[in-house]
Amino acid sequence: MYSPQIILEAMLNGLMTGAVYALIALGLTLIYGVLHIINFAHGALLTCAMFAVWVAWAWLGMDPYLAIPILVPLMFALGYGLQRFVIGPASHGDDGNILLVTLGLSIILENVLLATFQSDTRTLDTDYSFQVVPVGPLLLSTPRLIGLVAAVVVTALLWLVLNRTDTGKAIRAVAKEKLGANLVGIDVPHIYAVTFGIGCACLAVAACLLMPTFYVNPRIGNVFVLVAFTVVVLGGMGSIPGALLGGLFIGVVESLCGLYLGDSLGQIGIFLIFIAVLLVRPTGLFGAKA
Amino acid sequence: MTARDILSIAVLIALAALVPLATSASTVLNFLVFMLIIALGAQGWNILGGFGGQFSFGHAAFFGTGAYATAILQLRYGINAWVGLGAAVVAGAAVGWVIGFLSFRSGLRGSYFALVTLAFAEVLRILANAAGFTGGAAGLLIKLDVRPENLQFENRAVFYWVVLGFVGAVLLLTRWIQRSRFGAQLVAVRENEDAAKALGVDSLRVKLRAITLSAGITALAGCLYAQYFLYIDANIAYGTWISIEFLLAPIIGGVGTVFGPVAGALTLHGLGELTKAFAGRIPGIDLIVFGTVLVLAIAFAPGGILGLLGRLRAKGAGLLPTGSKEVSHAGR
Repeated sequence: MYSPQIILEAMLNGLMTGAVYALIALGLTLIYGVLHIINFAHGALLTCAMFAVWVAWAWLGMDPYLAIPILVPLMFALGYGLQRFVIGPASHGDDGNILLVTLGLSIILENVLLATFQSDTRTLDTDYSFQVVPVGPLLLSTPRLIGLVAAVVVTALLWLVLNRTDTGKAIRAVAKEKLGANLVGIDVPHIYAVTFGIGCACLAVAACLLMPTFYVNPRIGNVFVLVAFTVVVLGGMGSIPGALLGGLFIGVVESLCGLYLGDSLGQIGIFLIFIAVLLVRPTGLFGAKA
Repeated sequence: MTARDILSIAVLIALAALVPLATSASTVLNFLVFMLIIALGAQGWNILGGFGGQFSFGHAAFFGTGAYATAILQLRYGINAWVGLGAAVVAGAAVGWVIGFLSFRSGLRGSYFALVTLAFAEVLRILANAAGFTGGAAGLLIKLDVRPENLQFENRAVFYWVVLGFVGAVLLLTRWIQRSRFGAQLVAVRENEDAAKALGVDSLRVKLRAITLSAGITALAGCLYAQYFLYIDANIAYGTWISIEFLLAPIIGGVGTVFGPVAGALTLHGLGELTKAFAGRIPGIDLIVFGTVLVLAIAFAPGGILGLLGRLRAKGAGLLPTGSKEVSHAGR
């Protein structure tokens, strides 16, 4: 048995990792809730954002946190364009097709990055990469603590946008009843693209928060995307609070499994939860009844 | 199944069997063997995904089980490779049945089924990567002992003929399924599961049969892969990419058709090799082509290459108005 302090530390570390998972899952769950599709390109888009942060730091000397206000609109535009001009037209409105088009996009993006940056793993080191804050008897990494706080703030912001603005109202209307929304004058393809854009903007924030303590290579998105799927399914597809709680929970589970089973088996806990939730309660813990 | 069905497949396989007589270049044969192994796994995917409409994103689970079953039986128990081949098919089919039973009984469809298959394959990958029994991260090397009874051949052409024979057999099987009552029920489940149930089709049983058969065929591909390259590890055998390969080929070639998976595998890997030849050694360049072809195929050729050919032929004969998007899954 481990001492309570080690377990507590593992759980807090898990919470901080889970916060980033939650941010990634937030975009995925929003896109699922509105477009009713599973976006297989989510991981590759995250990799794009992470490379953008790295390029901004390595070539322009820009701090990852300062890159947030620049990268968020850029990723929004990329997501908007992809949905409006590629995914929407190419899939002819069929769910199975959307799945495959996003899969095709993820293959293209991942390998364009591979052709451009080679398969090397890159990191960026800032002054604060290894800074820690003492909390009681524990030492917590500053950038990861910032990540945790930021994830909660972004979730709250997204919730406000969806519930308190006209665009948010339109997004929710399209999610509930596409035809009805169209009839009252909502531009459905535009709202789809806006939703996809917001999903990608969440990835931009996640990338900026990750990079000070993480690394990037062209395949890194795959590490996160399967975990993000789990979070989305666990929290209930389309549920914003579900994504946050699911992300934090999965982070803790991964951390504890890693502690008890070792690194190579650590992720297995996530996938077993994933399968169990899918088999027993596919609507997730916070999802609406199907 | 008519004599014409059998004849068309037999002629095609016989023509393909002549290739090694025209060239003995090992690069050509290597390419063809690898392409056929992918085609075989894709034929397995096509039975469940094409005819049954259940899109699996985790056929690596079956491919890897086939590959590991052969390798482990030979290495740890000294069992003959041909017996191992049979065992690999049975093991793959069993894994398919279990995954199918769990997910179909819970009523998982569409995206949910895609995700759960992906997760099963990942669980197997992590287990195979960690367990000592499967050689862990170092993988397994099958002992080089070139004898026909070991399913290892001096001449690459012989291995090509063996794989081609299996591909031909599965072509016949697929054509038979298409013409059979089981095939009709499977297509009915794909088009409208509730309607099929209302008409008395036991959809759970039909889907279970499809996934078991599908998994067995894909496991055969895994076994042949292990025997040809004599090496496997968890990231090859249970990796996400191999699942994607098996799904790309039928979708590019013509989903739910008999020849679609083979046509798709040949087109994709042919294009991949051509790109590599022209673009030089840029990593990932062939996969960029794969992804682009996938998006273009869905946007402009929903029936895949075979659908496109059929449409061109119909247009030539003046049967279809130009620009028609009609796709037929029958025949071909």
